[in-house]
Amino acid sequence: MAKQEKLAEPTIKIVKRKTDWRAYFKRYWQLYALLALPLIYLFVFKYVPMTYVQIAFKKFMLNKNKQINVWTMPWAKNNGFQYYIKAFRDRDFLYALRNTLVLNLKDLIIGFPAPIIFALILNELPFKGYKKVVQTIAYMPHFLSWVIIGSLSLQLFAQDAGMINMLLEKMGFEHIKFISESSNWVRTYIGWGVWQSFGWNSIVYLAAIAGISPDLYEAAAMDGAGRFQKMWHITLPGLKPTIVVLLIMNLGYIMGGGMERPMALYNNLVMDKADVIATYVYRVGIRGSQFSLTTAVGLFQSLIGVILILSANFVSRKLGERGIW
Amino acid sequence: MKIKSKKAVIGDWVFVLICLIVSLICVLPMLNLLAKSLSGSEALVRNEVYLIPKGLNFDAYEQVFRNQKYVWSFVWTVILTVVCTFVSLTMSTLCAYPLIFERLKGRNAINVFITITMFFNAGAIPNYLLMQKMGLLDNPLVLIIPSCLSVYNMIIMRSFFYGIPDSLRESAEIDGANFFQILWKIYVPLSKPVMATLALFYAVGRWNGYGDALMYVKEEKFYPLQLYLFNIMNNSNKMEVATQEGFSSPGLAASMKAAVVMFSTIPILMIYPWLQRFFIQGVTLGAVKE
Repeated sequence: MAKQEKLAEPTIKIVKRKTDWRAYFKRYWQLYALLALPLIYLFVFKYVPMTYVQIAFKKFMLNKNKQINVWTMPWAKNNGFQYYIKAFRDRDFLYALRNTLVLNLKDLIIGFPAPIIFALILNELPFKGYKKVVQTIAYMPHFLSWVIIGSLSLQLFAQDAGMINMLLEKMGFEHIKFISESSNWVRTYIGWGVWQSFGWNSIVYLAAIAGISPDLYEAAAMDGAGRFQKMWHITLPGLKPTIVVLLIMNLGYIMGGGMERPMALYNNLVMDKADVIATYVYRVGIRGSQFSLTTAVGLFQSLIGVILILSANFVSRKLGERGIW
Repeated sequence: MKIKSKKAVIGDWVFVLICLIVSLICVLPMLNLLAKSLSGSEALVRNEVYLIPKGLNFDAYEQVFRNQKYVWSFVWTVILTVVCTFVSLTMSTLCAYPLIFERLKGRNAINVFITITMFFNAGAIPNYLLMQKMGLLDNPLVLIIPSCLSVYNMIIMRSFFYGIPDSLRESAEIDGANFFQILWKIYVPLSKPVMATLALFYAVGRWNGYGDALMYVKEEKFYPLQLYLFNIMNNSNKMEVATQEGFSSPGLAASMKAAVVMFSTIPILMIYPWLQRFFIQGVTLGAVKE
């Protein structure tokens, strides 16, 4: 038996062909030439700053030639964690951390379902032309900058000259401090976020709805399903994969967020609930020149962001949905 | 086609009504702003302007056009936007095109190299210090170069390129075309839809962005329009600044502010409806991601 098995061993060897590099490059150098510029860009503007994150663990100072050299700066106290300790003892940072999480979470809770509902509503419209017009109008806010939205917010919600408060006064009600009282401000902040994004974010869902087979609706109509039954039993299940992927990904960005939106909307009276990490880093770091402290804060935010996004992707794949890569 | 029941027809009209309300909510803030920009200063001071201008006049717009600083900021932003869009589109194409060749050695490594930058960002301060070290602070190039490639947009373009049949480039290769020629003669002409989409994304990003300028640019003559507006809005309660900027009375100041904002928004509002078909395709391509 043993002998026979030995005979059955394959006699063909798979030879790995050796690449003739010179011939290869002669043929393909153009592709590498095209890639050169983008890759250099990414290296300089994305990877070089990554080496700068060590400032978070070092005492920031210029070298003898008044230049920045991150490699020669001395290490910070407490094994380099001096600035993390400082950050977590800083009330402003803790507020910013809390606000980042709270505002993003509220954004998600209110802002995530809005485009889904809007897409479902649009799908029920009986007139094609009207649907087109509504869509075009709903995409409009996405094209406005946050500065403009900030000024719209003032125009509408200001204490005296804001349109809403003018109306309230006319109808005999008290003024409402929409933007000068923190918890109201949070509501307007979330509201403007929804206003700006619901139309744009509905595009993906509308595309997914367009991909649902019309046969399903016809069959359901035969069985006597009403409008909402079709919505619940056909459209929503059809949207489920898209919803799951986008929800998980959005959860991954819960620590993120730029400074343009809060900065355009906030004011001095509501800083306790409006100051987020991005604005804190700008104010304390770039304006206040506390580079080590704010690099530490930024690194903290980036790392948590990466962990969240990677685990979101992992979960998304575990659920049998497409990951983001 | 079945004739709809009475209940279904009423239901349809409920949805029509909801959409009408939603559209109004989208438009009303802009209408209010427009009305303010066209109103007389007395009506504004007395808080009488809602959606229809009172004491219709174009003084505010006239003042805006006479304001050299503002006009320059507008022109400068147009220049910036055009240059940025062109540079970014070129960079995206350069990056996306070679990556569709499966034969390209090191393709996986390059893809990883690119993808990492999507997930890990060094943060605002390291970026700022890099700009400082490269001498880009207060240099107008800082508004162009650091943001000249969006990996996200590049991926949209790559997805589009994947959709172009391989047989096209293979037959071109057999006919002796080199890779530059294939890009220029086949891929670029066939990619007009995705180019339009990304041009819109890049242009809107530059036109609307002010965060980078706020961090990196101190010299006023290089302020893009949005930063200029941001400064006006943030100094709104300081009268001295208002008069410095050419607002002579509080009423005119209010209508001028509205006019400035209106005028800065109009270019984009004029363009986006015509590109709707393209950006819908772009968003959908971005969601698919290979």
